[in-house]
Amino acid sequence: MSPQPISTVKGFAVTFKQIFKKPITQQYPEYKRPVYPRFRGRHRLWRHENGLEKCVGCSLCAAACPADCIRVVPAENTPDDRVSAGERYARIYEINMSRCIFCGYCELACPFDAITLGNDYEISEYNRDDQIYTKDMLLAEPIKRVPVADADLYDTPIPFYRAKS
Amino acid sequence: MIAAAVHHEPWWIAIIEALIIINLLLGLFAYLTLIERKVMGRMQLRYGPNRAGPFGLLQPIADLVKLVRKEAFAPSSAIEAPYIIAPVISAFTALAAFSVIPFGPGWTVNGWYINGAVANVSIGLILIFALGGVGIYGFIVGGWASESKFSILGTMRTCAQLVSYEVSLALSVLGVVILGRSLNLAEIIHRQGEFLPFVVPQFVGLLIFFIGGTAETSRAPFDLPEAEQELVAGYHTEYSGMRWGLFQMAEYVNLITLSGLMVTLFFSGWHGPWHLGPLWFMLKLLAVLFVFIWMRTTLPRLRYDQLMRFGWKVLLPVATINAVITALCVAAF
Repeated sequence: MSPQPISTVKGFAVTFKQIFKKPITQQYPEYKRPVYPRFRGRHRLWRHENGLEKCVGCSLCAAACPADCIRVVPAENTPDDRVSAGERYARIYEINMSRCIFCGYCELACPFDAITLGNDYEISEYNRDDQIYTKDMLLAEPIKRVPVADADLYDTPIPFYRAKS
Repeated sequence: MIAAAVHHEPWWIAIIEALIIINLLLGLFAYLTLIERKVMGRMQLRYGPNRAGPFGLLQPIADLVKLVRKEAFAPSSAIEAPYIIAPVISAFTALAAFSVIPFGPGWTVNGWYINGAVANVSIGLILIFALGGVGIYGFIVGGWASESKFSILGTMRTCAQLVSYEVSLALSVLGVVILGRSLNLAEIIHRQGEFLPFVVPQFVGLLIFFIGGTAETSRAPFDLPEAEQELVAGYHTEYSGMRWGLFQMAEYVNLITLSGLMVTLFFSGWHGPWHLGPLWFMLKLLAVLFVFIWMRTTLPRLRYDQLMRFGWKVLLPVATINAVITALCVAAF
């Protein structure tokens, strides 16, 4: 056993000096760090500009979902009740947020860009039932918003993180 | 030999004094956990707890409420009676050991004498070590009665470590006893007041006492009995709720007692400029506790063979030589 008194004392000096430095902790609920622009958060269903839903109820997203958290029940569009631009529409479109792993495969599978993943991550609830998002909730604007970093920062020839370091 | 040993304290004053001291001690324990987390946080560039109350000052109360409300379940294979009684033994001995630490010179108010310690025992130093020895049973029995492999492993380590380091710890204070010519803690303090703090002639003893005490309270870098990464939590793996809380309390109260003993034996207790009495004791106690916390953030854990080799091959010989040299010097002059 070789005692290393000098290095030990140095170590004590190092830890003592840290007391006078400013902590680097980000105080979360007060300060929300802007997320990366392509951050995958809460889902969003989209409409065409004329108000029709983009989703045609093909269930490809449900097939692609590895967590099996999407449930789609399609129905036929009729001339008096036209909901989507295609032949059929999603009568029921549910995402179980407590199972979703935010992989983005639904977004990739969708042939009409009807579903995308947004940036919101504050989707905790007190009740598990509240974690099942219905079509109306997914079509509406998200209630809570999180700050998003400027996309131009990242869309550069040299990536932002590499230019800064 | 010293007049302060003669005193008469009525029994009802002793009871009131004991009640006050035990509550102060428990309060200090509660806030020591907060101080530790805060200081460690700042040393690691974090804030530490700062949500419960202003500056996180209500955090110990929140922790206590959480612990009391938590279900204290036992493994079905646990041996019921020793399993329940083990944390009680640890907590009781830890609290009892503090009673002999003197925090003031003793006062006379309206003709009533008030003692400077809860119990002024003539062999206070031996009593502390004896109670510490009994307290180890709490850890051993608790881990053994849990009937779980992690608890057994933790218990084995606790056993081996505490027994090895207790020897050096007891030998390290021998020099102080020889210089103080007494086992009574109040008399040792009086002697330091006349002479000088024993940290000067017994610096080696202080170092051994500090290292041995760190191992004895199983704190970093000697926290092998509860090395989280290898053993889950050591002997109290199977404990939860307030039973776990009692073990934790025993550990922290042991630390406070040990720091108090260090202040008493080496830093002349409540002596200091301007005669602040107990305030000096408190300040010195907090300073020693800060060093313990500081060491926890700084040093990494020892390996088990390093721990054993250091205890038996370095600490014990040095403590013995220190005691022998002190005895020779006292005999010579």
